[in-house]
Amino acid sequence: MPNVLVVAESRAGEVRKVALELLSAARSLAAGGEVHAVLAGAPGIAGQAPSLAAHGADAIFVTEHAALDPYNAEALAALVAERARAGSYPVVLLPASAQGKDLAPRVAARLGVPIASDALSVRAEGDAVVVTHYVYAGKIVATLRLAATPAVVSMRPGAVAPAAAPGAGRVESAAAVGDPAASRVVVTETIRGDARKLDLTEAPVIVSGGRGLKAAEHFRLVEELAAAFGNAAVGATRAVTDEGWRPHSDQIGQTGRQVSPDLYVAVGISGAIQHLAGMRTSRTIVAINKDRDAPIFKVADYGIVGDVFEVVPALTAAIREARSKG
Amino acid sequence: MKIAVCIKRVPEMDVKFRIAPSGTAVDETGLKFDMSDFDGYAVEFALQTMEGLGAGEVVVISLGPDAVQETLRKALSMGASRAVHLRCDAVPADGYAIAQALAAELRDGGFDLILFGKHAADSASGAVGLMTAELLGIPMVQACTKLSFAAGRGSARREVEGGAELVSFPLPAAASIDEGIARPRYPSLKGIMAAKKKPMDVRPAQLGPARLTITKLELPPERQAGRIVGEGAAAVPELVRLLQQEAKVL
Repeated sequence: MPNVLVVAESRAGEVRKVALELLSAARSLAAGGEVHAVLAGAPGIAGQAPSLAAHGADAIFVTEHAALDPYNAEALAALVAERARAGSYPVVLLPASAQGKDLAPRVAARLGVPIASDALSVRAEGDAVVVTHYVYAGKIVATLRLAATPAVVSMRPGAVAPAAAPGAGRVESAAAVGDPAASRVVVTETIRGDARKLDLTEAPVIVSGGRGLKAAEHFRLVEELAAAFGNAAVGATRAVTDEGWRPHSDQIGQTGRQVSPDLYVAVGISGAIQHLAGMRTSRTIVAINKDRDAPIFKVADYGIVGDVFEVVPALTAAIREARSKG
Repeated sequence: MKIAVCIKRVPEMDVKFRIAPSGTAVDETGLKFDMSDFDGYAVEFALQTMEGLGAGEVVVISLGPDAVQETLRKALSMGASRAVHLRCDAVPADGYAIAQALAAELRDGGFDLILFGKHAADSASGAVGLMTAELLGIPMVQACTKLSFAAGRGSARREVEGGAELVSFPLPAAASIDEGIARPRYPSLKGIMAAKKKPMDVRPAQLGPARLTITKLELPPERQAGRIVGEGAAAVPELVRLLQQEAKVL
């Protein structure tokens, strides 16, 4: 297959892990061809190009403009569509992150083609591209055939592991398309979460809490366990975000974030199907719940039946100790 | 304000699905259908906006076979002003083909605002709203958790990775609705009676060509059932040992 185009997501001047994952997926699709990346952001974003080259980008099209940070949907969609047209790529890959879910359909529409969203896997089959995607609340896996050029695909974060693979890394500067500052949708305020907080889509470990915690203030237990791991983000179930114990952005499930961390620790979560749809692809799942019959134990690799108020502090202490030794 | 809300009829999700003999669709026997959940929030939000202004119109639009009229009728019984059914045999998997049909319907409708749910509960793609807005050439704000209007402009809040952002945009515009914005009301008896007399236009859907197709549906691989390590805090040391030595995640 000839060249594949990847949209390298960045935020606050840094390339996100999903960008490296996409390069890895693109490498397997581009067998024989090159992997090209679009890298766009505020002046200085070009400094991120070596990281893309180290993960397999052969050409990096860099666009620097003050109005490209924070995320500027209209300007970025125009830029990516223009690059996709100019390079006649058969495949364009974007991340199915919050940002990518907003960007990818815009790019596809500008190119006059459909999009395969939130793909778990992607492969070439003759002239078509075949992806798999969860449908019906994660209860069914659909195989979809995309017979349009380019095939625009957004990939689920975590679906592909990033891999070091040196690419040629040619840096080409590309002008913005139109005036990025003229976007009709204007960001008037950015509300930053806790800067130390890891992204749910990027954290290797997620500790997630459910209604079993009984009250918002008990989320402290979940936060302490996450802190003990050192590389963990905090998630929640829909019941918890509906109660207002945690922001909606923390919700993991069919209607919230879909995550695939190395380790998912479910604290006081019964395991409703809508929650499982968001985390069942995690590599290892641990569940702590007082109800032995809770459905979460059917997907958990390791379960502890017990009171979260007793088990979680003990686990926090044990993880701290294990890490201080390790 | 003239508001359009695009809604989808989907099966209720808390059941065990079976694959139809074709292998490319679910077996609909015994399934109950309703408005997709995010679309319900969008309808409710549109109604509250119209009621708040004391004027305007909420038009609900759905694409699909005749059965979608039931979903449209529900939206009318909640309080929508009128409905449009874009008729086709089945809803295609290709969101761009759908967006083309919706854009053809909406283009000359004079709408100030076009609302969608964040994504449909069945296909979980979240592409149709953004694509429709692109085809119409209007601004689109995706996954809003708050939305308000003043002096011909809209303001919205959307949750993004690492925080949230507040945005401002001119009308006419499109927006998709995340949860937390409005809980859909139950249709009242009066609403159900009134809905029977409300207009429902039926037109053929002007779908684009389908270039994204389902070739197979299958149940996801079952996760290997795990094990209960033990009970209470006493099981913690063994769990930590397994995480270190077996799962190797510590």
